[in-house]
Amino acid sequence: MSTLLDLNSVSLQFGGIIALNRVSLSVEEGSITAIIGPNGAGKTTLFNCITGFYRAQDGQILLSTKHKPLDLVQLLGGKFRLFDAPWSNIKKVFYGFFGGTHLVARAGIARTFQNIRLFSEMTVVENLLVAQHRHLNRNVLAGFLNLPGYRKAEAKALECAFFWLDIIGLSDLANQPAAALSYGNQRRLEIARAMCTEPRLICLDEPAAGLNPNETDQLSLLVKRLRDEFKVTVLVIEHDMSLVMSISDHIVVLNYGEVIAKGSPKEVQANPKVLAAYLGSDED
Amino acid sequence: MNMSRPRLSKTLVLSAFAAVVALILTGPLSGLVLEGYDFKTRFSAPLQIAAFVLIVRFIAGLLPESWLAPRQKNEAAPRATRFKTWQLVLGGLLVYIALASLVLIASKYWLSVGILALIYILLGLGLNIVVGFAGLLDLGFVGFYAVGAYGYALGHQYLGLGFWAAIPLAAMLAGLFGMILGFPVLRMHGDYLAIVTLGFGEIIRLVLNNWIAFTGGPNGIDAPAPTFFGWEFKANATQGGVPFHEVWGLDYSSGMLDGFIFLVLLTVVALVIYAVTRLRGMPIGRAWEALREDEIACRSLGLNHVFTKLSAFAMGASIGGLAGVFFAASQGFVSPVSFSFFESALVLAIVVLGGLGSVTGVILAALFLTLMPEALREFSDYRILIFGFAMVLIMIWRPRGMIQQRRPFFTRAKG
Ligand SMILES: Nc1ncnc2c1ncn2[C@@H]1O[C@H](COP(=O)(O)OP(=O)(O)OP(=O)(O)O)[C@@H](O)[C@H]1O
Ligand SMILES: [Mg+2]
Repeated sequence: MSTLLDLNSVSLQFGGIIALNRVSLSVEEGSITAIIGPNGAGKTTLFNCITGFYRAQDGQILLSTKHKPLDLVQLLGGKFRLFDAPWSNIKKVFYGFFGGTHLVARAGIARTFQNIRLFSEMTVVENLLVAQHRHLNRNVLAGFLNLPGYRKAEAKALECAFFWLDIIGLSDLANQPAAALSYGNQRRLEIARAMCTEPRLICLDEPAAGLNPNETDQLSLLVKRLRDEFKVTVLVIEHDMSLVMSISDHIVVLNYGEVIAKGSPKEVQANPKVLAAYLGSDED
Repeated sequence: MNMSRPRLSKTLVLSAFAAVVALILTGPLSGLVLEGYDFKTRFSAPLQIAAFVLIVRFIAGLLPESWLAPRQKNEAAPRATRFKTWQLVLGGLLVYIALASLVLIASKYWLSVGILALIYILLGLGLNIVVGFAGLLDLGFVGFYAVGAYGYALGHQYLGLGFWAAIPLAAMLAGLFGMILGFPVLRMHGDYLAIVTLGFGEIIRLVLNNWIAFTGGPNGIDAPAPTFFGWEFKANATQGGVPFHEVWGLDYSSGMLDGFIFLVLLTVVALVIYAVTRLRGMPIGRAWEALREDEIACRSLGLNHVFTKLSAFAMGASIGGLAGVFFAASQGFVSPVSFSFFESALVLAIVVLGGLGSVTGVILAALFLTLMPEALREFSDYRILIFGFAMVLIMIWRPRGMIQQRRPFFTRAKG
């Protein structure tokens, strides 16, 4: 298997807080990789760096593509430096103006949020249609005139939306406002919405938070299905250890912004550093 | 009326309570009359007020409770449309023909009122894109209206542009201004955005007011009367022109120009209504609404939020510019006075009262707010009072506007 995502000593500080300290890890294509760690360890911050919401201050985040690997940090623009090649400066200014986050998403990275972010007044289907924006016919004239090409693209998007609604079992609620859904359904809808962007890597931030045991079981089936059936790589932050141990192929443990362990579930469970971090015992 | 006893007595008690409160509140104000260094008491006034409050409160208590309760938030759950496409097209055509035939019967005065109403519909629809769809609170919308109006007047003066060329060009110019405004406010939301846009509208007005050499300043500038295939709507043709009524062998009437503007404007409004309705269901319209709901989620889905925001500003502004061209053409004259902040507030009131995002609501509110003052000419002293009262009532009973935006309904594709 090949590496899909490679983080190379990524660092980020907020004022005095070192949120990420030279984090290096790699995610295998087609795997489920879990990131765990105590509260405030920097897991969400790491996700924000990968998905382009924060710009890592140091290090590289490389996404493998057909050609040479793409550095996601560069997509976010950078400091204007007078003596850089003019073209790279123009690019930086352009990205700085237009915000590169959406470019990261377009490179094939989708995400969900720790505190759910649905388009709450729009309906469930509309949420999924917005996610397919890029694949639709966005020509305004074609839309006004309702040309065949436009209709075909819309129909295809609708089909895809209902396909995902069937998978997460929400077809009956298709025309409900997203805010009216139960918490568990909202979490699943958010995953479906991320999947509608046709990503290569999906980042789930605490997908099981607030779910009951039954819903958690369903979730673990869904996540495995994403990997096995839809061939996406999954990166997941989770506090529910039994869920993490049962689904992940690979685990990375963060504490105070540093990677303290990585490996298979068994290896991580046996690692004394991890136990110390979680139980708070002092190892030295 | 079958009404349970407890409710009746409860209403009575509450009414009496309201009367006592009214007495306490208004008693000292209306019951004590100063006389030199002394005062005398006058009991009739506060008692009359209290009686009035008692009666109104009692009547309100008799109304069915469901009338008074604020409407639920998700009242307008989506449902399948009841009309087929051909029915909608036919209905639209009939309404259009009915309105267009008003030209034949309406007086010049009512035609000009109708033009004003249509202009406000256009303004409302334009602002509705920015505020209702994209959720960007814009208090400077009148700026784009001014750009359209002055674009026509100045375009004629300096470039010799005619009415028909001005329509698309002024719309584009206003759209460009919309983008220019959009850039600095990309990162702003809510109150901050409102303040900056407010300033933008004022800047445009102040420039028009003070750049006397170019715009004529406070004296304003003439806008030419539109022509139809080069035929003029004048009693006697200017040099080289042909009057419309002579070509068609009609008697000249001064209402012809208004009738013509009304017809063209009606057509433009019909097209804009169609466009805006379609926009809602199109990817760009959905992206605007998604942006209103959650910008961060939009970015995570690969939507270019910058482009989406700018396109909302540009689209709304160009509709505002369109309205400006018609305003200038119908008035024959533009001056900065017409583009004060009050106009922006009025258009915003149209959008909010009508129902954010609802096209029908905006049309109804625009008609209400422009036709009501004309109908109430006799009570012109109380117009603003009635206006305010209507606002308060709607905000209480329909906090989301008269007509609530209905979400589109989707069914699974067949087969
Ligand atoms: N925007 C920010 N500004 C300042 N500090 C921040 C910001 N975001 C995160 N932090 C800090 O960075 C550290 C890591 O936060 P992060 O949200 O990544 O933790 P987490 O591992 O996701 O925790 P949890 O399990 O509670 O979600 C915390 O100390 C937090 O206070
Ligand atoms: Mg977190």
